[in-house]
Amino acid sequence: MKTMLQTVLASVLSAALLAPPAIAAQDTLSLGMVLEPPNLDPTAGAASAIREVTYANIFEGLTRIDAAGAVKPGLAQSWEISPDGLTYRFHLHAGVHFHDGAAFDCSVVQFSYARAVAPDSTNAQKGLFEPIARTDCPDPLTAVVTLKHQAANFLFDMGWGDAVMVSPGSAAGNKTHPIGTGPFRFVRWVQGDRVDLERFPGYWGTPAKLSAVSFRFIADPAAATAALLAGDLDAFSNFPAPETLPQLRADSRFTVAIGTTEGKTILALNDARKPFDDVRVRRALAYAIDRRALSAALFSGLAPPIGSHYTPADPDYVDLANIYPFDPARARQLLKEAGVAPGTRVTIALPPPPYARRSGEIIAAELQDVGLSVSLEPIEWAQWLDRVFKRSDFDMTIIAHTEARDLDIYARDHYYFNYQSPGYKSLYAQYLAALTPAAQKPLLVGLQRKLADDEPNVFLFALPKIGVWNANLHGLWRNDPIPANDVTSVYWGQ
Amino acid sequence: MARFLAGRCAILLATLLAASVLVFLVLQVLPGDPASIMLGTSARPDTLAAMHHQLGLDRPLWQRYPLWIAALLRGDFGVSYTYSVPVADLLRARIAISLPLALLAMALSVALAIPLGVFAAARRGHLSDTLVMGVAQLGVSVPNFWLGLLLVLLFSVKLGWLPAGGFAGPRSLLLPAVALALPQAAILARVTRSSVLETLGEDFVRTARAKGLSRAAALWRHAVPNALIPVITIMGLQFSFLLAGTIIIENVFNLPGLGRLIFQAIAQRDLIVVQDLVVLLAGSVIVVNFLVDLAYAALDPRLARA
Repeated sequence: MKTMLQTVLASVLSAALLAPPAIAAQDTLSLGMVLEPPNLDPTAGAASAIREVTYANIFEGLTRIDAAGAVKPGLAQSWEISPDGLTYRFHLHAGVHFHDGAAFDCSVVQFSYARAVAPDSTNAQKGLFEPIARTDCPDPLTAVVTLKHQAANFLFDMGWGDAVMVSPGSAAGNKTHPIGTGPFRFVRWVQGDRVDLERFPGYWGTPAKLSAVSFRFIADPAAATAALLAGDLDAFSNFPAPETLPQLRADSRFTVAIGTTEGKTILALNDARKPFDDVRVRRALAYAIDRRALSAALFSGLAPPIGSHYTPADPDYVDLANIYPFDPARARQLLKEAGVAPGTRVTIALPPPPYARRSGEIIAAELQDVGLSVSLEPIEWAQWLDRVFKRSDFDMTIIAHTEARDLDIYARDHYYFNYQSPGYKSLYAQYLAALTPAAQKPLLVGLQRKLADDEPNVFLFALPKIGVWNANLHGLWRNDPIPANDVTSVYWGQ
Repeated sequence: MARFLAGRCAILLATLLAASVLVFLVLQVLPGDPASIMLGTSARPDTLAAMHHQLGLDRPLWQRYPLWIAALLRGDFGVSYTYSVPVADLLRARIAISLPLALLAMALSVALAIPLGVFAAARRGHLSDTLVMGVAQLGVSVPNFWLGLLLVLLFSVKLGWLPAGGFAGPRSLLLPAVALALPQAAILARVTRSSVLETLGEDFVRTARAKGLSRAAALWRHAVPNALIPVITIMGLQFSFLLAGTIIIENVFNLPGLGRLIFQAIAQRDLIVVQDLVVLLAGSVIVVNFLVDLAYAALDPRLARA
């Protein structure tokens, strides 16, 4: 019956309409992304999507972050750090050229770092460059960066997309026509549809195995699933429809890879507002929420619960996820001790990402259960930035902080959740001044424990990275230590 | 006729101006700062200020509105905040997808609806009438995005004949056009049927039959042309609905058209793109209404003389 239907339909919609489907050559890649980058210059915009197209593929920095989140040599083949931790001497690779032929040397390093901190800079992470006092060039292949103060994360930070090397001759046009030193060069951007890259024959390092890569933007989860199933796409590295995973897992054409991200999802509390200024209330909320149920409902249990502002993928992670086990009775008792009357009204502002909207429903029910009267307020991203983030006008909100190793946000004088702890600040200052991993370890552990103890926000879970790709495709990142789709070593096998 | 045209043009310009003021003011009241959307949560105040300056958002409102309108009159649509490319280029690429999509959907809808509506009216009360109107009732009730998903499942995922989404040439427009057209065709068929039925009961049709015309000739020569005015009215309204419908359908089929552009631009507070697009869409609705008026005049000469 099905064959007959197919035959009838085939003859109706005759071949005139339907060109034969193109068969993909096995050295190109078509990769799906949910969000389109607003521009293609990672030094001029915060959107993760910019990095997910350009990082390591088009642009490179002095250091680079690898799939495991470790700092590796990039355009600098090696470096020495002075004993006081204030001087970094980078030895640059020779024979490196930008895609437009411009040469890369120490003057480009000077230019790139100066551009990032200039008064008219629109670098979204200007703070990364704040420790830099100056950059000197004793010879073209040596860059000496002097810091104003010690910065424990400096080499990691210089591996971010915001710190990539850009050429004086082409930097101004990078938003629409990016020119870097990477193994792929930019071909075209069809706004709203895709960005095409091709292998750069003049690359200084190991050439890419793929001859061309196309990043395609598909926001709708149903459309994303259909595109994969229909074979329009080879891969979706952050797949937006976790509910269809059982179907994809059962399909031998696909590899389903569950990895980690830096997305610390939290129920952020306004610590300056009653009743959240009382640590007993914050702990009560932590007891009232069942993290495992959240992970099960949202990500089929693939999102690891967290107990501090740190993920299992980070160095020196301590598992604090069970410090406030799910215990509604305990929560009610703590709320009573803190003098929070049953029926107290609280509002949770929910930005658009599905993880926020869906956990909002569950958390609201759980908080109702311990006696709070919760209203949910779905808001746009623009409103979230304006009201919650900029003006701190909120009770609670659900948000994933995706920046890697951002424990510093709890040490700031002004930040939207208004956590103020001299103890934490001094611990963080000690961490910044610690120069060796061995010296940093106890401090990192201490910072995590301090946050779990004070519970400035209720820490929920780390967002998983759900990758779905053709079973013959190899070399895509399973984890997201930083936002990136590094396709430089991706290849097709059998 | 010249006065009729001049009057219409004046109304067109006044409506466009009103639309431009309205959208400009609404966007200013809307919370959200395009610079902070672009620069994210780690941006420092001086970085935000630099971006405001770059975008011209540090100028006061009363300067920005006239600057925008003056540029529009010169044919300069400005530069998109988020994409950093001229809005005119964005619009050109998007119109090349949305306009053929809307026209194809309209053509499909008319080609299906009018014959079916006339057929049902001519066979009123027969089984075939009941059947056609039953299917039309179903068509009216089916949301177009759901129909779109079903079409993708059948033709792209199951059969693999057409792309599931994206724009890979004109054949990418086929499924979305069908998804847009079927619900519209259902409405149009019902309107056509009732309008034809009404004229079939008129005296002049009976006269036509009495002077010896066949049923079919009386139907096509006398009843149908006179039944078209309400049909054209609905078509005019439907064109505006088609423009709105593309916002949803373009998301379902992942087509880079005007609908998705306006959706994205609002979410990212790409104010200049939203302003330009709203004026453009308002303009096209006004022009379509104008064309509908002209069609009335052509169909019924009494209206042009009035």
